[in-house]
Amino acid sequence: MKLELRGITKVFGSLVANDDINLVIEPGEIHALLGENGAGKSTLMNVLYGLYAPDGGQILIDGTERRFTGPGDAVAAGIGMVHQHFMLVPVFTVAESVALGYEPTKGLGLLDLNQAREKVREISARFGFDIDPDAVIEDLPVGAQQRVEIIKALSRDAEVLILDEPTAVLTPQETDELIEIMRQLKAEGTSIVFITHKLREVRAVADQITVIRRGAVVGEAEPTSSEQELASLMVGRDVKLTTEKAPAEPGEESFVVKDLTVLSKNGTVTVDNVSFSVARGEIFVIAGVQGNGQTEVAETIIGLDEPHAGSITLEGTSLLGKSVKKRLDAGIGFVPEDRSTDGVIAGFSIRENMILDQYDREPYAKGLALRPAVIREKAAEKVEEFDIRLTSIDDPISTLSGGNAQKVVLSRELGRKLSLLIASQPTRGLDVGSIEFVHKRIIAERDAGTPCIIVSTELDEALNLADRIAVMYRGTIIGIVPGDTPRDVLGLMMAGVPADEALARYRDGSGATAVSAAAKEEL
Amino acid sequence: MNAKKATAAAESLDHAAADVRAPIAWKFPIIFGVLAVLALLFFGLLAAAGKRTTFAFASSGDFFAIPEVTVPTKLTGIVLGVVLLALAAYAAFEAADRRRIPAWVMVSFGIVFVLSFLNWAGGDTGRIPITALLAGSLALSVPLIFGSMCGLVGERSGIINIAIEGQLLAGAFLAAVVASLFSSPYAGLIAAPVAGALVAVVLTFFAVRYWVDQIIIGVVLNVLVIGVTSFLFSTVLTANAEKWNSRQQLPNLPIPLLSDIPVLGNVLFNQNILVYLMYVTVILLQIFVFRSRWGLRMRAIGEHPKAADTVGINVNLNRVANTIFAGAIAGLGGAFFTIGSGLAFGKEMSAGQGYIALAAMILGKWNPVGALAAALLFGFSKNLGNTLSAIGTPVPSELLLMLPYIVTILAVAGFVGRVRPPAAEGKPYSTQ
Repeated sequence: MKLELRGITKVFGSLVANDDINLVIEPGEIHALLGENGAGKSTLMNVLYGLYAPDGGQILIDGTERRFTGPGDAVAAGIGMVHQHFMLVPVFTVAESVALGYEPTKGLGLLDLNQAREKVREISARFGFDIDPDAVIEDLPVGAQQRVEIIKALSRDAEVLILDEPTAVLTPQETDELIEIMRQLKAEGTSIVFITHKLREVRAVADQITVIRRGAVVGEAEPTSSEQELASLMVGRDVKLTTEKAPAEPGEESFVVKDLTVLSKNGTVTVDNVSFSVARGEIFVIAGVQGNGQTEVAETIIGLDEPHAGSITLEGTSLLGKSVKKRLDAGIGFVPEDRSTDGVIAGFSIRENMILDQYDREPYAKGLALRPAVIREKAAEKVEEFDIRLTSIDDPISTLSGGNAQKVVLSRELGRKLSLLIASQPTRGLDVGSIEFVHKRIIAERDAGTPCIIVSTELDEALNLADRIAVMYRGTIIGIVPGDTPRDVLGLMMAGVPADEALARYRDGSGATAVSAAAKEEL
Repeated sequence: MNAKKATAAAESLDHAAADVRAPIAWKFPIIFGVLAVLALLFFGLLAAAGKRTTFAFASSGDFFAIPEVTVPTKLTGIVLGVVLLALAAYAAFEAADRRRIPAWVMVSFGIVFVLSFLNWAGGDTGRIPITALLAGSLALSVPLIFGSMCGLVGERSGIINIAIEGQLLAGAFLAAVVASLFSSPYAGLIAAPVAGALVAVVLTFFAVRYWVDQIIIGVVLNVLVIGVTSFLFSTVLTANAEKWNSRQQLPNLPIPLLSDIPVLGNVLFNQNILVYLMYVTVILLQIFVFRSRWGLRMRAIGEHPKAADTVGINVNLNRVANTIFAGAIAGLGGAFFTIGSGLAFGKEMSAGQGYIALAAMILGKWNPVGALAAALLFGFSKNLGNTLSAIGTPVPSELLLMLPYIVTILAVAGFVGRVRPPAAEGKPYSTQ
């Protein structure tokens, strides 16, 4: 099936999300759609999938124009989509999820779940997925959930499969498995649209690359192009993919976590006997796949969670039992993982968001009163210093892009003398340019002698920033390794392989991934 | 393959903190223990000696007559108290091993506690009419059950329905008026669901079309229905009560054989059609919510509407249809107040039952059979209060009238455990 998009335009209010986009997907090809977050890739695919009605343009399948009023039409036309945020009901079983919308029934509208189970088993067997049709979605790891999504699409005979940022939630090894699946699908004649902003993966798997920037197609590239070329095309200027940093000069170990154990509300162990220490002037990255206890470690340090056992000591004094406010007073800067829910208050103005945790102290307050003049003055300084693009500091922060909102959070947390910086996913959802800036600021904070803890699920970020890397797996720290450890070793550790074994496997070559192999060819 | 090796490696890791476990849940053993001691003390040891309690089972027209059971009050109280202590001890033993306390322990504890209370309360006057107690409980539960089924279908579809109260009242009103006009209770039975559905139409119109907060629109609708029915009651209905509001009653239709079962047969199977409809509704919902195409789609739009949308399910259309259908169920429940009980319509006669129905739905964890059990519990506690104040007990009747509400608060606050409402309930849906 040949799929063609002609002149697709989609406007949200004053934002042109897609501007006259043309795209041809040939049968049986893996077509990568490369672009930064917010470039309009997902919007385009949602138009193709019938979720958004386009404001202009045509969708052609095998040369005839088709109009989709909803996803049902797109599915009927042979288009399947695996969304970045999985479209799975957490409490359903796999069979129920696959059946939903296309339920096999046996009279009276009663479900024929056996037929659905059979379908799951059949497709699982064909692609070597190990999926139990009766497993409940929320109990499955994300990699398996993604396979359920693929099964869903294939069970409806999709000929074009759209994968929206499919690797964002996967370990490098799972990414490898996904790439294998994509090649297998291609061999069976399914075309794949692979949406991503990760350059390595594109080069590893794509047959054709289309680059989108600010809603428009800015070019096409061959998979043989170098990462640097692709990045420049994607961002629109030359970018540095790695940040320069001087070697660390670690001072005394001022922050110590010992035997930390945290239980979730329902009693499961989320952080299991974790110990580490961070020195002044050092960046300590906690890496790992999402959901392996990193969030809980960060939240326990700032005091949002109370540990079940263990100790947390900052500059010789224990933090346990102290309120969040006391801990902030002790000089902890905290950049939360989810900017929009925990980092800023969407309805507050930018200047108010800049003082969220300092509003009641000098120089922003005097006695019971705020000092608006000082707040404005400092806000203006921070806008300057952090290069925040805005129209007015009185606008609600919800008017800012993700990158600029994150800069506001950073300007707040880094705007005072810190004794410890904890930043969770500091660059999630940011464009390459903003990432560069955020990394520079964090390194500057390190150079000023602050111990920094960065929680990140992105290996690139970990490697770029870290002086030391701790990899977490199922609540434990599986190993603490130097910042220049090879990617593949970290990838294995993220999947639960202890550090020495991972290193050994790396040396004998059995731990390499397709993505890293592609990256090596370039060198 | 890599992943498998990795998992094995990880599992072989030594977890130094393997002995760290969840704190023991002492809540239930402590509550049980306290209640057991109180029961043993007040209903047993401190009960006046020499009195006797009679449990009466007979009702008129029984095929098999069961003899009354008479027991010495104090001794029985002590025995039941000891049984309660034993159950509490067993619960503590289970909890100490970090096991869940089995459901049968909870249920038996509840039953034995109630028995011990009845035994003590009956000690003054001597006679506890068990059959009448159960029959009355069922009668008081019927509107609650219909109401909670309505709430459950709505919330499982993602629409919070606080307007159950209004739907019950509207159902009661229209059932009474139509039955009276046509001089046929069955005409009222047809009209009642229409009234409930109409209230639901207004609810969904504002909730789905205009995204009005569903709780607010629900509360407003309740007030609206109270206002409209009260106004019509004091003008039209009272002006010509003979024509507009004469009493009509659905006749009892005893089911042959089943209704002859001692005690329960008469309670369950010598009822009017509305009660049988209630049985059918609960059973069908239990099957269809979990095993049908309709139910699967309903649960999907209540949990993750976008997921449903991406497989071509019209979320809002389904929400509207389900909520209106649910409204019809509640309207039917309202009919029990008037034609189901043989009463004329009276102002605000639903008296807060719609809210209790919501509580039953939550206590039943959005599950039809669970909600049924919860509604029966509330009905029983209410009727227990009524019965005891009728036969005269040492407890002040005002306290007894509070009983159902105390049970509701305790049930919803503590005993229900971890509840998990449908994830998307109350959230309007739109694609862009």
